[in-house]
Amino acid sequence: MKVVLQNLTKRFPNRNKKIKEDVVAVSDFSFEIPDGELIGLLGPSGCGKSTTLNLICGLQKPTSGRIFFGEDDVTDLPPENRGVGLVFQNYALYPHLTVRQNILFPLQNLKGAERPSKEEMLRRALEAAKLVQIDTLMDRKPSELSGGQQQRVAIARALVKMPRVLLLDEPLSNLDARLRLQTREEIRRIQRETGITTVFVTHDQEEAMSISDRIVVMKDGVVQQIGRPQDVYDSPVNLFVAKFLGTPPINVFEGEVRGGLLRLGEDAVLKAALPDQKVWVGIRPEGFAPEQAGPLHCELRAVEVMGRDISVVAGHPACAGTAIRAIIRAEDRPDTQVGTVRFALKPHKVFLFHRESEERLAVELS
Amino acid sequence: MERRSAKGWLYLLPAVAFLGVFLVYPLVDVFVYSFEEGYNSASQSFFGVGPYNYSYVLHDPYFLQALKNTFVLVIITVPLSTGLALLISVGLSSIQKLKDLFQTVYFLPYVTNTLAVGLVFMILFKKTAYTDGLVNLMLHWFGAGPVDFIDGPHWAKMFVLCFYTVWVVMPFKILILTSALASVNQDYYNAARIDGTSRSRIFFRITLPMISPMLFYLIITGFIGAFKAYSDAVAIFGVNLNAAGMNTMVGYVYDMLYGDSGGYPSYASAAAIILFVIVLTITCINLLISRKNVHY
Repeated sequence: MKVVLQNLTKRFPNRNKKIKEDVVAVSDFSFEIPDGELIGLLGPSGCGKSTTLNLICGLQKPTSGRIFFGEDDVTDLPPENRGVGLVFQNYALYPHLTVRQNILFPLQNLKGAERPSKEEMLRRALEAAKLVQIDTLMDRKPSELSGGQQQRVAIARALVKMPRVLLLDEPLSNLDARLRLQTREEIRRIQRETGITTVFVTHDQEEAMSISDRIVVMKDGVVQQIGRPQDVYDSPVNLFVAKFLGTPPINVFEGEVRGGLLRLGEDAVLKAALPDQKVWVGIRPEGFAPEQAGPLHCELRAVEVMGRDISVVAGHPACAGTAIRAIIRAEDRPDTQVGTVRFALKPHKVFLFHRESEERLAVELS
Repeated sequence: MERRSAKGWLYLLPAVAFLGVFLVYPLVDVFVYSFEEGYNSASQSFFGVGPYNYSYVLHDPYFLQALKNTFVLVIITVPLSTGLALLISVGLSSIQKLKDLFQTVYFLPYVTNTLAVGLVFMILFKKTAYTDGLVNLMLHWFGAGPVDFIDGPHWAKMFVLCFYTVWVVMPFKILILTSALASVNQDYYNAARIDGTSRSRIFFRITLPMISPMLFYLIITGFIGAFKAYSDAVAIFGVNLNAAGMNTMVGYVYDMLYGDSGGYPSYASAAAIILFVIVLTITCINLLISRKNVHY
């Protein structure tokens, strides 16, 4: 099921009644989610991603804009008539019901011709439970399950009525790091097997990048960039997106283009075909290559060994943060006795942004 | 190990001593009195030991009347007040406007003195030579004849007592239930809405189980409170409850001790033990039922 969001806007009256101006939670959001894709809504807290999810499922009504599921305009439909499944951040499993009763719950709500027979309900509940591999836990109460198992029950409950769209609100945030890794693979597998168009909300960029077909990066209710994870990573449209994606985060410098050369402080690092101006320079950690005669002079602070790679912590006067973090191959390990290290930069890992607007500057670097 | 447990008992000593002196000892004492015939607290003397006190009390028409009154009161007011409180709390939690005002209004009876309220009820219901009272005036509009609620037939007096009891105990129940309802996570309702759950199903399958511990607490304390009712009856019908035929079990115990017909601690003890056994039995039954239906 294709999902189309058209100029979706949601305003709330300000909590502080003295301020007349509304809070804009989502602003003019347009996006077409292709059938069967897994979309990650990504952004820092308060950016409007959960509101967007609530608009799609119908728990909140948009101030303006339309929502389509396939060809149907569902904007004015109440949530129960939209055919969506929603997995809550805290799972919202009914604590007094067993796993089986929880999964059966949505089916038992159906009325008239839609209502399956009792055997059919049980069969479908078991099928959903098998899909998420909890079919051996059917008689337990939610409190007797681990976080990961509860998560699966919540997914089974959302899937059992065969929704047109599956929505997941921060599905992994209550799990520990290891389970999170495992569960996100699981979500990916379930989504592939069922082919249900899925939207999930997260503030964890790694999570979004690893399983989404497409990610939507939001900030202050405004969509910043939509695209395949690798494309967004390799080509961020502005400084915010560049900073938000990637671990370790991108290194930001105050730079300047002068005479066709990009300068970081005293160091002229790359050729840039731009008129003279001050810019923000973002360099991915993997964009540094240690070289004897490299143009970027850094003060070497520490070397952290991570096995296959090593992480070099260095300082530079033009660095906007406290330190530069570069990821390099273990065999290029710099000599810590020297106290300085020189890098050459990989041009495709270096992005220039306008100093005021922070928009990406289209420029060939070499 | 020995020394550690001795230390533990030492810490418990103040509490155990207090409970022993002020709770266990009187209870045991009352139990003993209830078997001592003609016990006199002034001379500390009695005639003999045996079940005579129980036999007397169980054959005393005043006690049987009190027993009946108490049971009627319990059976009518506990379900009624709890049910009404639940309805009102659900109503209160679903309205937006004037919520605080209504919550205050419903809570007011709780902070009002029982006797003062009883006086007001008496005035509302009382029929005198000069006036039939406000309630009878309203009954008159519907073509019903004047009923003497305070000095009239037993059912009318019972009605006033039940009405009054429900009215007095409801605010606390509403307070507890509104906070119980407010503590149910909104996500459960959202999840139910997305799954297209009907309102009645949400109420019976989600809301009720979620607040069942609080509801159960109210039912148990409601039962116990109603079994121990006394001051309410006094507030409306005065101290001579036996004459009015409106005595309760605690009232009977009081009368046996201090009333005009008083001075019989043995009978009072026997009646108190009977009351204790009844309350204990009902509470145990409640607990057994709750095992299946209350979800913590």
